[in-house]
Amino acid sequence: MNEYLSQVNSIPMYLVVAGVLGFISIMCVVFLIKSYRAGVALGMDKKLLRRAITSSATFTVLPSISILLGVLALSGTLGVPFSWLRLSVIGALQYELNVAEIAATSTGLSGLKISEMTASAFSTIGLVMTIGILGGVFCCIFFLKKYTGKLQKNMTAAPAKEKKPSFGSHATVAMFVGLCSAYIGSYIGTLTAYKNWMPLFVAGVSALVMLIFEYFTVKKGKAWLDNFSVATSMLVAMVASVLVGML
Amino acid sequence: MDEKQKEFLENYNRQIHRLGRFTLIVSVVLLVGIPFFFGFLYDAMPSPAGFAAGIAKVAAIYIPVSIAEFLIYVPMLGAGASYLTFITGNVTNLKIPCAINSRDIVGVADNSAESEIVSTLSVATSALVTMAVIFAGVLLITPLQPVLQSPVLAPAFDNVVPALFGALGLKYFLKSPKIAVIPLIVMTLLCVFVPAAISQTSVLLIPAGGLALLIGYILFKQGKL
Repeated sequence: MNEYLSQVNSIPMYLVVAGVLGFISIMCVVFLIKSYRAGVALGMDKKLLRRAITSSATFTVLPSISILLGVLALSGTLGVPFSWLRLSVIGALQYELNVAEIAATSTGLSGLKISEMTASAFSTIGLVMTIGILGGVFCCIFFLKKYTGKLQKNMTAAPAKEKKPSFGSHATVAMFVGLCSAYIGSYIGTLTAYKNWMPLFVAGVSALVMLIFEYFTVKKGKAWLDNFSVATSMLVAMVASVLVGML
Repeated sequence: MDEKQKEFLENYNRQIHRLGRFTLIVSVVLLVGIPFFFGFLYDAMPSPAGFAAGIAKVAAIYIPVSIAEFLIYVPMLGAGASYLTFITGNVTNLKIPCAINSRDIVGVADNSAESEIVSTLSVATSALVTMAVIFAGVLLITPLQPVLQSPVLAPAFDNVVPALFGALGLKYFLKSPKIAVIPLIVMTLLCVFVPAAISQTSVLLIPAGGLALLIGYILFKQGKL
């Protein structure tokens, strides 16, 4: 386990991840400058453009701290550099853990468990996580130009046409409901079949903390708390598993 | 908008698409290269069989999700912000609300050139801030590694996935209880009465997702969602 962790947390891994993040940062700066200049050229007020930048920066700080907590949760099994990469760009915590778990079982492990991880399992899991999330990126590379062109044409042709409600937004929710059902069902089965209550206990604590967050965000209107709900629920449940393990 | 501005906008859009495609292709090569770089470094290349088995399950779930996200979010974001959003990730939990929030604050009309420019500014800024915050956090986490690797903390890192799905499960079940009831009961009964299915959770995700989608679609068609 220690050898594996020293490999995934090695200096070359930090350097290569820093290089990739450096490239994507430059990409963001170039887009920022280009769109700012375009806004000025179109006669937009510079004050408004700066306001868009500052409001986005302040809006992002809290969710970013929550994403950082996700890096902490992921780094124990996949190492700091890879978790840093995945959650700084391309990924999101929900996707990363789900796909890492699927990939781990596909490589013959019983799950994404630090006690079973090997360097070879890591490289396979890393590749599945990377390729599996590229669907949206490939759509952009191959279809975005056509799609945005079509959208612009439709807008000019029928600007007043009323949009029909679509199933699209419900589809994503339904898909996640299905995923969660499979996992929760497996934790209940783990308890009844193998008398191992830890996964269900951890999921239960996490759900309980989430319920408290839901109460404050939905019932008390403290929507900003939602930024922290998933990561904090996970961390509290993980701490609970450590405390129970010490008993 | 006068002719000169129209011409400028067309030229800007052309440049954004060219730049977006080029940077995305380079980013894909760099990202895909990392597992191979690691494998080369430690003589631990990805296993073709493990990769094929894993990607088949992941693709069955996430290709439809990716296509749905692309079709839904691109009209909200415009071209420049879409290129950035899909490569910088955290799409639904950060980039989309951030872009919508800044457009509301600045007060630009939907689907205008101005709204596209504000969205691009917003997503680019958001991505840079996220990277900066996480970089600062990583500098703090790195010295803590000996603590994080302690065997006392092993149960925590062995149960990251249950921790995630406990929280997400509650959130999504509350969001859509009508969709959730049947898949949850079916999956629980299956895992209780066929314990061999437990080790195949990654396979169960596909019928569970399909069942939930079907129920969701029926409810949607009946106007009950």
